Parts: sequence; structure tokens; C-alpha cells
Amino acid sequence: MSIQFDRKIHQTLENANLQLAVYTATGRLKDGRTQIVSPAELPDYQELRTEAHDLKKHVMENLDHYLEEFERNVEAHGGHVVYAKDATEVTDFIVGLAKERGARRIVKAKSMTSEELDLNERLEHHGLEAVETDLGEFIVQLAHERPFHIVGPSLHKTRYDVAELFTKNLGVEREEVPEKQTAIARKVLRQKFLAADMGISGANMLVADSGAVVLVENEGNIRLTTSAPKIHIAVAGIEKMIPRAQDLATFLKLLARSGTGQRLSVYTSILSGPRREGEIDGPDEFYVVLLDNGRTRVLADRAKRQSLYCLRCGACLNTCPVYRKIGGHSFPWVYSGPIGAIITPQFLGIGHEPALPFASSLCGACAEVCPVKIEIPELLLTLRGEVRKAETRDRKNLLEKLAFRLFAWIMTHPRLYEMAGRAAAAMAPSETGGWIRSAPALMNIGPLRAWLSQRDLPPAPPKSFRELWRRR
Amino acid sequence: MSRDHILHRIRTALGRSPGQAAADSPAARIRIPEVDMEARITSFRTRLEELAGHCHRAATPEEARTFVAAAIAGKCALASNAPYLAECGIAALSGVRSGITDRAELRELCATAEVGITSADYALADTGTLVMISSPREARMISLLPPAHIAVLPRDRILTGLDELLALHPLPSNETSSMVLITGPSRTADIEQILVRGVHGPGEVTVVIVG
Repeated sequence: MSIQFDRKIHQTLENANLQLAVYTATGRLKDGRTQIVSPAELPDYQELRTEAHDLKKHVMENLDHYLEEFERNVEAHGGHVVYAKDATEVTDFIVGLAKERGARRIVKAKSMTSEELDLNERLEHHGLEAVETDLGEFIVQLAHERPFHIVGPSLHKTRYDVAELFTKNLGVEREEVPEKQTAIARKVLRQKFLAADMGISGANMLVADSGAVVLVENEGNIRLTTSAPKIHIAVAGIEKMIPRAQDLATFLKLLARSGTGQRLSVYTSILSGPRREGEIDGPDEFYVVLLDNGRTRVLADRAKRQSLYCLRCGACLNTCPVYRKIGGHSFPWVYSGPIGAIITPQFLGIGHEPALPFASSLCGACAEVCPVKIEIPELLLTLRGEVRKAETRDRKNLLEKLAFRLFAWIMTHPRLYEMAGRAAAAMAPSETGGWIRSAPALMNIGPLRAWLSQRDLPPAPPKSFRELWRRR
Repeated sequence: MSRDHILHRIRTALGRSPGQAAADSPAARIRIPEVDMEARITSFRTRLEELAGHCHRAATPEEARTFVAAAIAGKCALASNAPYLAECGIAALSGVRSGITDRAELRELCATAEVGITSADYALADTGTLVMISSPREARMISLLPPAHIAVLPRDRILTGLDELLALHPLPSNETSSMVLITGPSRTADIEQILVRGVHGPGEVTVVIVG
């Protein structure tokens, strides 16, 4: 485990306010979901999940076909498609277009994909102003932090933090009431929307047969970002594809329910191309940037390909006992929770944070709530195997390997097993009722001490089962 | 160029060749229940009110006009070019601007209007949703910029739900650059999970069902 990972986890665990905030927020989202996917509410919920899984599987297995179909349809509607292999290519495209059009002011709609690219910093580096317009993202941007949660970026911030940030950065009177703070943000951001030259969004889904970008939100900032400026650019991972607009009947029923416990989010926009002949408003130019950034590598791995089915609803975070304790900022990359634990090693390499796939109890709650049925616990196990394999290759775990070989040898030899059992029982102070970790001396040394620091066993009974059996 | 590079990587990953047709896709899952009109209206109203939206039933277009006139009394309102609003006489109410076809002018007016009045192409009964298809008749901004939104539509536009909408419009992007589903007032809970309405879009949504 890296020192940073360890330190961030402990910081979160020691912060009582943060613990309460994360636990309450995720609990509310979790309960909302449970209620709204219940059989009384949505009798065919399980069928919808299976359908969504099958559709995603189908798209991934034929992805080149759907990308080309999508591209043809965007162009038929007067828009343009740009492929980008990484953050540099996305930035180059946006900066190039901004220069050509004389655009300087950019409004942004919340997008995990652009977080993944550090897009704002990159654009600012080129002298462009990129303002986040989702309230939570706006707060996080003012604080120069990463989103804490996929759908609730600022859930770690209190109203007092927000008051501090607003007075310091916006030059407004201190205000500690959330309603009034929201009104301040509305006013400040409204001016940004009306002055913006360019709007950048992500995409919840890309629809191949329509050449459409689908965006789901509650605030209205995405509608403003995509409709007010003269240029709209959607930056989306290639895995966001679905075959047909009619498949929205499946995905939209699952997405908001799983993420926030709503039947539908307040606004769902299905957008394709610039404004048409006669339409009064909407952008004059429409671009979709299709991003690889490691996705084709994941696609090539048959066993782990399903990681790309993710809709980024956040349900696995809300239900995860580990996320609910260690929070979003402990995770080593922008994607947190169970989904972060499986995609981070695949995008950045398992060496980035080898402890990540192990930071799970494998309870399976994430797989149970996943709307597209990604087998997260199985993938975590596969990744654990890969971490160990890499360690073996680098000869990092010789001692552990030796210990397990010894263990296997003892376990497959009954007489040795019995002897070892007796020896262990002798070392554990059963009469005092103490547990093995409290045993003195022999057990608590060297690497065993580290191993036992996270594990414990009840005291050994006076007689083993084998002994009792023989004397029955 | 990255396009060819990325497509090549994908084909290599999947063992596919350029131009190869896709395998058969699982069928789209469209299920349209039978729900009579009164039940649709009840469901629409219940869902919308759960989200703190308002729903008003008007027996006739004249009644709808009277309701809207009272709702906007003394306020500065902007109406879309929807023929149905003209039919109801709402576009011609005093204090209502309408007939805007210029983008810059529309933005200016939307930014200052207190109420935006539109019709809606459809409403979805099972979620309390309005369906707005962008066209010369309906601009995007009128249902978005003003702090209050009033939508007036005849009852026969209430569909059972999303499935029926997608059955009627399997390819919405062939007709419009923007189809937006509006389900209740704009909201956020980004500060301490406290629900606040009207963060960027309208905090008040009122739907008038005529007939």
C-alpha cells in the first residue's frame, strides 16, 4: 500500500464530520434507489438490468461498427466527430477550435471524462477560462479539489466551507444558508452562460442510430451549456455507445433510479447536430470528441471488458461499506468506489496503486446494485491475481509465497496438520480468554506481526475436534 | 490520424475486420401499457406534484387562458410560437411577448422574463414529464431561463410513458436538434444534501392540461 493511500484513508476515518456527511449522503441515495427499484415500483427491474447488460455487451463486441454508424449520423445532422487517443489530443482540438473562432470563455457541464483528462487545468494553461457550472463541481473547482463522488462531487463540503469559498472567490457577502448560496451561484453562473463562447459537456450515452448525445441532469446547467453558446463540444468515452434511441427506454429507466433514486432526472436532453433550419436557438456548431485514453486496451481483455459497460450512476459507491468509510478522496484517481477500484488499475496500470483491488471486503453489494450487472467482485479477484503475479515477477513476495507453500504442505499432510494445531494452541493463551493477537512473543514477530495486525482469531479450544472425535 | 488508429485498435481487440457487419442486436424493449386518459391525467398530476410541480386542469382553452392570465398577472412573460398557445389566446394576453424568431432577441427577453410560457409536444403520465421538441414553434430557452415555466397542452398529448414516446419517435434526431424531457422543477442537493429548487432552470413548473 502506498503511503499516500494509507494516509488519506486514515485522514478520512479520523474526520468525524466527514464520516457523518458521507454516511448520510450515501445512505440517502442508497435508500432512494432501493425504494424506487422495488417490485411495487418497477416490476421488471431485473429484466431491465439483464437487457441493459446484454445491450452493452453487444455494443462492446461490435464497437467499431457502432462508432462508424454514430459518426455517419452525426455528420448527416450537420455535426462533426473527432477521435482523440488521449488528453493531449482532446486539448489540442479544443484549443485549436477556440483559437480559430476567437473563443475564450468556456462553460462546462459536469463530466467525469473531463475530470479524467484534467481538462480544465489544460485549457487554463492555454489561456482559456473554463468554468464548471454544476453547483457541486463549481464548489469543488473553487476549492481546487477533485469530485468526492461521481454524482455528488461536493458532498464532503459543509455550508461553512461553501460560505468561505464564495466570499473569498466571488466577492460576495458571507452567506451560510444553502438556499441563498445556491441563489448566489445561479446569479454568478447565469452571467457566465450568457457570455460564453463555447460549451463543453460530457455524455451519459451516445446513440448510434441517431448520432445523438444524451445528457442527464437535475440542475439545468447542462441544458444551458449545450444550448446557450454558439459552439457545443461533447467529450465522451467510446464506451458510452448504445445502438438505438429506442434503447433509451431501457437505460433511462435504470440510470436515474440507480444513481439518485429518481424515476427520471429533471432534464434529459437528446441532442444531435447544430440547430436546424428555422430553430430559433441552439448552437451553430456541434462536435463530439470520441475518447480512447486507455479504453481500447481494456476492450482487448475479454475477461475485464465488462468494466466498460459502466453508466457512472454511482450506485456501487453508495452501497459499498468501504467507500462509505474511506470516501472518494482516498481513492488514487478520479473514479472512486468499487467501479474506481476496477477501472483505475486497468487505465493506469496495476502498479499505480497495487493495494487498490485489495481494499474491498468482496461482500458483493456493488454487483447487486449495478444496473448493467458488472461482476465487480470477480474483477477485483482477477486484478488481485494480476497484482500478485506482477509481484512474483519482481520477486517482491518471496516470503509470502514461501509461507503459503508451507501452509499448503501442512494442510495436505494430516499428521503435520495435527502437530501444527497443537503447537498453535499451546501458544495461544486460551484460559485467559485472550485472542491470538494478544499472544505474547512467538506469534508477534517479524512479518507475522504485520500479518496479524489486520487479522485475529478467537482463542484455541482446550481440545481440538480431532481429539474429541477420537475419544467419543 | 487518431480515427484510423483507434478503429484499428478496436478491431484488433475484437478480432473484427473493417466494414464487417455487426452481429444481431438484442431487440429494443418497448412495452406500452393500456391506460385510459383519466388514469393518465391522474398519474401525471400525482408524479408532478410529488416533485413540487403544479398541475391545473382547464375544461376549455378559454379557461386555460383565464388561468394563465391570473398566474402571470403583473409579471413580465414570454410565450413560445406554439400554435396551441395562439389557439388558446394565451400568446395574445396583455403582458405577454410572443412571436420571437431572432436568437439574440430571444435570449435578451428570456434573461429578463419572469415567466416562460410554452406548449409541450407530449407529456408522460408515469413520470410527470414534459417532452419539448425544439423547432421554430418551440425555442429551447423559454422553458429554461425564466424562473417560472408554464406549459399548456391538450389532454390528448398525454402518453403513457417513455416507451410510447420512443415508439412514436424512434429517431428523434431526424426531426430536431434537441428533444428534452423535463421532469419537475430544476433542483440541486449539492450543499449538505439540502434540496434547493430553481438552481439553473425554473424553480417553478406549472402544467395546464386542457380538456
